[in-house]
Amino acid sequence: MVQGPHPAPPRSATTAAASTRPSGEPTRLVPLDGVVEPVQVTGAQSIVRSLEEAGVEVVFGIPGGAILPTYDPLMDSTRLRHILVRHEQGGGHAASGYAHATGRVGVCMATSGPGATNLVTPLADANMDSIPMVAITGQVAASMIGTDAFQEADTLGITLPVTKHNYLVTNADDIPRVIAEAFHIAASGRPGPVLVDIAKSAMQATTTFSWPQVLDLPGYHPVTKPHAKQIREAARLLATARRPVLYVGGGIIRAGASAELRRLVDESGAPVVTTLMARGALPDSHPQHLGMPGMHGTVPAVAALQKADLIVALGARFDDRVTGKLSSFAPNATVVHADIDPAEIGKNRVVDVPIVGDLREVIADLLPELAREHAQHGKPDVEAWWRQINEWRETFPLGFDEPEDGHLAPQHVISRISELTGPEAIYVAGVGQHQMWASQFIQFERPNSWLNSGGLGTMGFSVPAAMGAKVGAPDRTVWSIDGDGCFQMTNQELATCAINDIPIKVAIINNSSLGMVRQWQTLFYESRYSHTDLNTGHGTVRIPDFVKMADAYGCVGLRCETKADVDATIKRALEIDDQPVVVDFTVSRDAMVWPMVAAGVSNDDIQYARGISPAWDREE
Amino acid sequence: MTSRHTLSVLVENKPGVLTRVAGLFARRSFNIHSLAVGPTEHDEFSRITVVVDVEDLPLEQVTKQLNKLINVIKIVELEDASSVQRELLLVKVRAEAAQRTHVLEVVDLFRAHVVDVVPDTVTVEATGSPGKLNALLAALEPYGIREIVQSGTVAIARGPRSITDRAVERVTRTA
Repeated sequence: MVQGPHPAPPRSATTAAASTRPSGEPTRLVPLDGVVEPVQVTGAQSIVRSLEEAGVEVVFGIPGGAILPTYDPLMDSTRLRHILVRHEQGGGHAASGYAHATGRVGVCMATSGPGATNLVTPLADANMDSIPMVAITGQVAASMIGTDAFQEADTLGITLPVTKHNYLVTNADDIPRVIAEAFHIAASGRPGPVLVDIAKSAMQATTTFSWPQVLDLPGYHPVTKPHAKQIREAARLLATARRPVLYVGGGIIRAGASAELRRLVDESGAPVVTTLMARGALPDSHPQHLGMPGMHGTVPAVAALQKADLIVALGARFDDRVTGKLSSFAPNATVVHADIDPAEIGKNRVVDVPIVGDLREVIADLLPELAREHAQHGKPDVEAWWRQINEWRETFPLGFDEPEDGHLAPQHVISRISELTGPEAIYVAGVGQHQMWASQFIQFERPNSWLNSGGLGTMGFSVPAAMGAKVGAPDRTVWSIDGDGCFQMTNQELATCAINDIPIKVAIINNSSLGMVRQWQTLFYESRYSHTDLNTGHGTVRIPDFVKMADAYGCVGLRCETKADVDATIKRALEIDDQPVVVDFTVSRDAMVWPMVAAGVSNDDIQYARGISPAWDREE
Repeated sequence: MTSRHTLSVLVENKPGVLTRVAGLFARRSFNIHSLAVGPTEHDEFSRITVVVDVEDLPLEQVTKQLNKLINVIKIVELEDASSVQRELLLVKVRAEAAQRTHVLEVVDLFRAHVVDVVPDTVTVEATGSPGKLNALLAALEPYGIREIVQSGTVAIARGPRSITDRAVERVTRTA
């Protein structure tokens, strides 16, 4: 990316560009060709210049003492748009949302101590969901490190286990190289967050800036080209399996391999399941798509994996929420596992054919091998397999009952948002029941249209991530589908949205409680509702009143309480394009997410609805 | 059944690398039996020798997870048979005049050295495989052991090749 020879001699274009700048700013070179001759700058300027040259357009952040020197040249940058967030966690999730929606590296900035510790949650979140992100944090002056100085925290130590890599920079000369490396590491291989902690003294020092930089990463060589022998073996298995399933994970989205996946799906004729992180990787309307597997997956998706004789895992990681009790997961399946991260292969499930590589290259190599197998031996007979799957599909379609209390069905609200908004929108969920319903009832037809906190399960992800997504994709409608619990964790970013002209739409699926926890209390704790009541819904004090709150934040606040009003409310929200909109959908608190595989039990024991499990033996 | 494995980990000689390696073991709940860190023949690399108690499958995970650390260059598992493994032991043994001769015999037998003597105690330095050092300690035990300090294992593969051979080539190529 930024590896390369030393800068070429100055060109007239560079000089010309520089000379158009106002006088008195001799350090503000704006080269046209991306090559910057060594120039004397402060460390702070070097940070800003490095971010510019790394191609950054947007930074989400909050200034504070230790990062203050950097905010001064940042004010003058014409290439960086800095968005002042209200909480560092919001900045971190916004960077994630931006990265999710655009596929580019998201950037956030914070000061030392509490600024950095507030970034821990979004870093951990991005680390679990493989989101490319660079966080720049200020650190106390190098001479003060280790003295418990004001706003000092061991940011490197604290963020070490939750980042792909992190740096502490105390020498200003290292700034451009470290930032170049940070972007390279964040975006390449298995993407992830990289934190660069920079001492205030380094920002204030005089140094030299030049670009591009030579990276010094002797231990970092992600493998992208898959092994030909393993590809041939995978093709042979896929061409002969009688009950194959393509188990598609978020890696397909990160690799931008949806088009390749589509060709593999069509060529193989195999059923496909897309995990929570992969929703949209294959259109939901594709006839071979069985939906989401896992704890709240569809019966056909869960059952197909359980009964498969071959699982081809593509960028998925056999998460416990997908496998259920690991020892009884897909007991008869041979496993092909392709991933860019060698450590994922064999981590949970023993693998028969491991393939390390970039999924685009993996599938591109696999396709001709598979076609050759088909040409030689004919396509495999998967008719009986499809007959069985189609039976499951007919018997156990996704659905929901109208709540007995007469209140709104949350699933209906989400279905209608999807139907009225369409598949080009970006849908961003928090964590809990609303997240599961959104993944089940939104019709996904394209990649990068579904953002959620999958691995870490971070409540409060939705509003700031939606903000970041909208900044990255201003022409797409962005819906935050949030819960009343999640919303109360990070809704301060509505102010950021209102002031910076980031018109997101928030649908609060307000069941007046921490709904998923309440569901577990209903099912596993004898309906003893210990501390899950939030008093925001029907017949409560409604604290806070989300409509008034939206109004206070300069957003349009709408409330919808009946089925008859759902469509009109959604349409009203869709009409407003110059302001953020918050819709308080007060829904039934007793609605539950089905199907469900209880934690720690076998996927064979999936319940389609409470107390109703498919009778496998009869069907086989 | 867990078994003992010796890993040689070639890392960049940078601050904080040991924390990354040790932290990874703790985080993934792998148990470190011993650890030794030191310089190599190349200034830019350090070498960590880590002995772990682990089953075969988790060992593969340890290696893969270690490889993911950006500062880790290379990992080699050193088998007992094809490598030389040594620890350094310093031990203070009670050796009153009556027993001193016996203690010194044991020291000679194990080709160890006395590095400090006071009227009632000798301090013995010994180098060897963990097995040999255990045997030495067992032999000294009856006389009364006052203090032990022992290094982690350092290990090197037998034969002409060096762990840094290809690593250095690769670094030169990318730089």
